[in-house]
Amino acid sequence: MKPTTSHPLPVARMSVAAVALAAALLLPLLVTNPSSLNLAILALMAAQIGVSWNIVGGYAGQVSLGHAAFYGVGAYTSTLLLMKFGVNPWFGMLAGGVMAAVMSIAFGWSCFRLRGHYFAMATIAVAELVQIFFTNWEYGGAAVGLNLPMDKEGWAWMNFATKLPYYWLALGLLVLTLLVNFAIERSFLGYYFRAIKDEPDAARSIGIDIARYKQVALAVSAFFTAVGGSFYAQKELYIDPGSVLSTSLSIKMALVSILGGVGTLSGPVLGAVVLTVIEEMTRAGLGGTGSGIDTILYAALIVVIAVFYPSGVVGSIRSAALRLSRRMRGLPADTGAAATAERSAP
Amino acid sequence: MTFDILLQTLASGVLIGLIYALVAIGLTMIFGVMDIVNFAHGEFLMIGMYSSFWMFALFHLDPMLSLPLTALMLFAFGVLLYKLLIVRIVNAPMVSQIFTTFGLMILLRGLAQFFWKPDFRSIENSFVAGSFKLGQVQLGKPQLVAGIGAIVVTGLIYFFLTRTKLGAALEATAADKEAARLMGIDSHRMFALAWGIGAACAGVAGVLLSTFFPIFPEVGATFILIAFVVVNLGGFGSVTGAFWAGILVGVIEVMGGLLLGPEYKLAIVLVLFLGVLMWRPQGLLGKA
Repeated sequence: MKPTTSHPLPVARMSVAAVALAAALLLPLLVTNPSSLNLAILALMAAQIGVSWNIVGGYAGQVSLGHAAFYGVGAYTSTLLLMKFGVNPWFGMLAGGVMAAVMSIAFGWSCFRLRGHYFAMATIAVAELVQIFFTNWEYGGAAVGLNLPMDKEGWAWMNFATKLPYYWLALGLLVLTLLVNFAIERSFLGYYFRAIKDEPDAARSIGIDIARYKQVALAVSAFFTAVGGSFYAQKELYIDPGSVLSTSLSIKMALVSILGGVGTLSGPVLGAVVLTVIEEMTRAGLGGTGSGIDTILYAALIVVIAVFYPSGVVGSIRSAALRLSRRMRGLPADTGAAATAERSAP
Repeated sequence: MTFDILLQTLASGVLIGLIYALVAIGLTMIFGVMDIVNFAHGEFLMIGMYSSFWMFALFHLDPMLSLPLTALMLFAFGVLLYKLLIVRIVNAPMVSQIFTTFGLMILLRGLAQFFWKPDFRSIENSFVAGSFKLGQVQLGKPQLVAGIGAIVVTGLIYFFLTRTKLGAALEATAADKEAARLMGIDSHRMFALAWGIGAACAGVAGVLLSTFFPIFPEVGATFILIAFVVVNLGGFGSVTGAFWAGILVGVIEVMGGLLLGPEYKLAIVLVLFLGVLMWRPQGLLGKA
């Protein structure tokens, strides 16, 4: 069986990363209009949680549809620490991440015995339970939600009156998450995760403790998802179960990765950019929310991608690049080799 | 808690459970035959409800009369959906399958919201409106009729699967696709049939529900979660399992709501679901 993630062009990959980073650093010079800058922040946030989801959902192949639970726990931990105990949000963000990683043990314990569809359904149930808990928890604001204080401003308290600092922070978090993901991909963990995804039985037979490494993938993924949740709380200054714990949020995290390319480093980033732009265009261009047109287009897009491009944007680009390089070397064009490899994954 | 309240709760639990069973039977059939979880199943129910509503509002056709029409319509819809879309993902990776039916779910909700507005609607004064007392137990006529309707439809499906040639072919495909193919059974035809019957079941459940439950675009959301639970408890692919599990979930839900408060109704069902997934992944009623 072919590996699902091959890296045929390391030089090209590095240069693409460098160009993307340079573009992200230069963007605030070109885009000064607050609403456009906000759109860029939203894309970075979507990318960050997509990359986090991808660690367990893509690399380790455990399709979770309940990641909003971690996001919400991150948002609620830092917010409650700040509001009830005056704890600095930087520390709160870390605490939220740790809290989610700890919670991921219970999450994994209840779901990892299951495979495939069963796992996905169990994760929905767990996230739904967490949402029911927060909706009824009076101390945590229940269904009304929590308004964050904005008395302390500046980098020390992660609270800003303008958009630009949030942009830098979101970019920083994304780069950090990507670096961790990259380190994982290169280490033995990356190989273990892929083995768990592609050949669980073979992995077990050569002595890989599958349950343990699934749990590792989930904990790392949960930590960074929660960090994203804390950032959301600090940016929006208001959280409620609907905004940080909803099933649609869980779906979005997975969707971003699938759109870009599951189990690839850059996939979720590309997916996040594409998805954010589409969301914004349908929302702004078609008479706003409420009519349902934006939802219809969004959903139609999901279906088209799931049915016709199962390996996502990155996968499609990769197979195109492979075909091109084969043709340049005078080999017969092996159409759809990469797509076949992706398809044969369970 | 008095005995009367207990009896009353039990009765309403069983009645709503019969509806859950009918929704779940469609879901479990599709899963059993082709290993695809249909996340859009709750939307079939929603379409059934709207079909019932519009036939009542536009043509003054009572839900009980429009029921066969809706069943036929949903059957055609299910088959069409299979032929146009699902057929392309039969051998696709699981992620694609999940997101295809998930996207379909959001798509159908969006379409309902666009064409029929996000308002809550209801059917007033149908044939079955009102309630009556049976001893100390107060029963709503719509609920009772819905429960009986669900039993009848489940019985018909059971008869179809166990007593007809086509039903046997469907069961054979569910048991072993390859062996069934060697016997000359066209699996694509069976898959299409499963989607048709599955959608029709959910549609009929929607019609039965429409006489006492609000009708709105997102109505499928709760029912799909409960249907997952029922399908799991009953054992994936098992029609009789889903029937008993549906009743069980209905009773547990209503009982739990009585004991812990209605806001935790769903939570109890979900805890049960996770418990069973962990300790009996083959389902409470499934075979090991």
